[in-house]
Amino acid sequence: MPRYDQLLCPGPAGLYCPPGDFHIDPVRAVDRAVITHGHADHARAGHGKVLATRETLAIMEARYGEDYAGATQVLKYREAVTHKGVTVSLVPAGHVLGSAQAVVTWKGTTMVVSGDYKRRRDPTCAPFEPVPCDVFISEATFGLPVFRHPPDGDEIAKLLKSVAQFPERSHLIGAYALGKAQRLICLLREAGYDKTIYVHGALEKLNALYESFGVDLGPLSPATSSKKQDFAGAVIVAPPAATQDRWSRRFPDPVVCFASGWMRVRARARQGGVELPLILSDHADWDELTATARELKPDELWITHGEEEALLRWAALNGQTARALSLVGYDANEGET
Amino acid sequence: MRAFARLLDSLAFTPARNTKLTLVRDYLRETPDPERGWALASLTGVLSFDAAKPAFIRKAVEARVDPELFALSYDFVGDLAETVALIWPTKPGANREPELSDVVDTLRGAGRAEVQKLLEGWLDALDADGRWALLKLLTGGLRVGVSARLAKQALADLGAVEVAEIEEVWHSQRPPYADLFAWLEKRSDKPSPDAPARFRPVMLAQAIDEATDFAKYDAKDYAAEWKWDGIRVQAASERGEKRLYSRTGDDIGHAFPDVMAALNFEGVLDGELLVMTDGRVVSFGDLQQRLNRKNPDPKTIAKFPAGIRAYDLLMDGAEDLRALPFAARRKRLEAFVARLKSSRIDLSPLQPFADWDELARLRASPPEGDAKIAEGLMLKRWDSVYEAGRPKGPWFKWKRDPHLIDAVLMYAQRGHGKRSSFYSDYTFGVWREDAGGTRALTPVGKAYFGFTDEELKQIDKFVRDNTIERFGPVRSVRADKDFGLVFEVAFEGLQKSTRHKSGVAMRFPRINRIRWDKPAREADELKTLERMLGA
Repeated sequence: MPRYDQLLCPGPAGLYCPPGDFHIDPVRAVDRAVITHGHADHARAGHGKVLATRETLAIMEARYGEDYAGATQVLKYREAVTHKGVTVSLVPAGHVLGSAQAVVTWKGTTMVVSGDYKRRRDPTCAPFEPVPCDVFISEATFGLPVFRHPPDGDEIAKLLKSVAQFPERSHLIGAYALGKAQRLICLLREAGYDKTIYVHGALEKLNALYESFGVDLGPLSPATSSKKQDFAGAVIVAPPAATQDRWSRRFPDPVVCFASGWMRVRARARQGGVELPLILSDHADWDELTATARELKPDELWITHGEEEALLRWAALNGQTARALSLVGYDANEGET
Repeated sequence: MRAFARLLDSLAFTPARNTKLTLVRDYLRETPDPERGWALASLTGVLSFDAAKPAFIRKAVEARVDPELFALSYDFVGDLAETVALIWPTKPGANREPELSDVVDTLRGAGRAEVQKLLEGWLDALDADGRWALLKLLTGGLRVGVSARLAKQALADLGAVEVAEIEEVWHSQRPPYADLFAWLEKRSDKPSPDAPARFRPVMLAQAIDEATDFAKYDAKDYAAEWKWDGIRVQAASERGEKRLYSRTGDDIGHAFPDVMAALNFEGVLDGELLVMTDGRVVSFGDLQQRLNRKNPDPKTIAKFPAGIRAYDLLMDGAEDLRALPFAARRKRLEAFVARLKSSRIDLSPLQPFADWDELARLRASPPEGDAKIAEGLMLKRWDSVYEAGRPKGPWFKWKRDPHLIDAVLMYAQRGHGKRSSFYSDYTFGVWREDAGGTRALTPVGKAYFGFTDEELKQIDKFVRDNTIERFGPVRSVRADKDFGLVFEVAFEGLQKSTRHKSGVAMRFPRINRIRWDKPAREADELKTLERMLGA
């Protein structure tokens, strides 16, 4: 049995596999990259060869244009490809459309790179599948025991109640353009909200992409109108930064909402000038992170990007061997901003 | 408890008063008795517990959670109650979620020693928002930006009645207020306000419009008196009950034991609460030493003795004078105060005048004595009855012109609601010379109104174009001797302040004019403000 860090180890460009000579989610341009999902801090342009799911490749093309990589290779979920003796397969991670865990096997050792993941249901992507492994490399964005995301339904109900309570105001929801926005819209549809939802221009391309992969978002319309009153009672979805931007002045007395796991902490919501925080996250919360580690019982748990310290403490208390990988370049603010 | 927790959560994030009113009103409408009554009692401060101290809550959580994980979390969240609410481990098979009334009833009957166990049981049964609400309730002070006045206004909105009607019956009602809700929902008659020393809704004055009102009204119809710069109070003493109310009907007697002890009469007085030494009024700054102190120590009371300067009499013994004209009430008041012979209750004297011109001269240069530090003048029609609210015509206030200074914009903060995309809260400063002779700006105040929507857009653009640094929702704006935006700031008065670096604090500052034309280096000096303090 080889040592684990002979198979995967942190390098200057990110997580590197020496025997296979490829990176996983590298933070700078490399020759060969396996990409777990389309968020900008994981999927960058300019690699020589990219291996990813069809959805992830489509997202990269939509964001970076046709020339985003030298060459690409589609890998279906659970299909394996072997390169220089290292087998790689992609398994659903439940994070956003096309998101995958990278399963890397070499000389009888299996290591799983979770990428970003969550365990709860998401109508816009395939659910996380646990894969038995020797090393599980877990994200830790919400790796503190204060982060326990409430049920999605409660948050959507909170939003719909406010929409009914303040019919003269608009509800302007900040949501990350890839994944969160589409999931939010789907959850609203599932809760029976069938009116037109207005969207910021920056979401249109990704919304169309989701729809082309069979995710039905219902009636959408660009948030452009000359009359403020047109938006009274409306729900508008925009990238978070736009909610504080001059762009938002077209809406009548907006209730500024933000859909993010960070909204669990009040100070975070207040700093952002958020009036209605919606605790809706595409990352595993503390309970999901610890339950997954318990379920997989890997020989070693490696922890990356996020609150590593608390998970290390949890591992120590629970007899789980663990180490923190110091990978730089990943955005602590939930994927993208 | 869940609905109450949701309400507190929403209120905590909502800056706008109207939105808060809607949230409270809808909660009161949708929530059954007695839950809503207890919620109302806690929002108005009638009900408060200090059953749990921070150390006690900490002990409870450390018995459940690894101390190191707790420390990491507390470090991140920054607030003890919130950290505990979030981190408390869920317990499958816990008891049913308690209702607010369960918590109230149980706590009232519980001994100090039982509280720990009760608290833990409730924390086990509630979700994160519920735990947060419970901890706020148990540690006293909800701090969600709702005043008793706002809660009463929401109650008035619920029943479509005037808030004065609520105030009138409020002090005869007890939580959970079943009779009050029954009346507001038209299921029963208005409850009797007949409680001794109850609050009588106060009569307020309109601001006079100098351009039109003087031509409209005859000076002979009005009495004038100085507008004292204290706080409006109503002192009630009936059948052994004594109360001191703010003008919104909040009971503030606990903060003024010296005044309470002087209420040796049978009746209800309307007047101004002031700090008075030897019958002379001192500045509002000294009164502030007494305000917002729940239990002032004897030293503070001795140093800042409070009293009432009476200007109206609503009840003389058991006789209700409110339907009498002001002239008649005034005579009764003069006799009433003279009989008291109290060092703490005196009479607000009338200021004779022949015509509006003479009154204008008096206002511009008040005579020596207390009038010098008055806020301006009050005009009251001789024939005006005492009418709750702010009727137009019988009473006017005519404030002195505000002080003006030129200050430089230093920091701007994003607003809320309609203004969430605008930098609308401004911190401004004036020049100060340090020991080495260097001139630098020092902040002296903050203002967020006084400008039009159009001006707001222009200032917002200025802020965005001239940002030096950002700290969350705050931007620091370029302001030096060669460049900066000058505001003409109006304010009502100035106090010494140990909390502000500049050593001064303004009352009621607002932007009077935007001086796009004025170079920043020509803005005022701190010395100018310091001279005002001395005056």
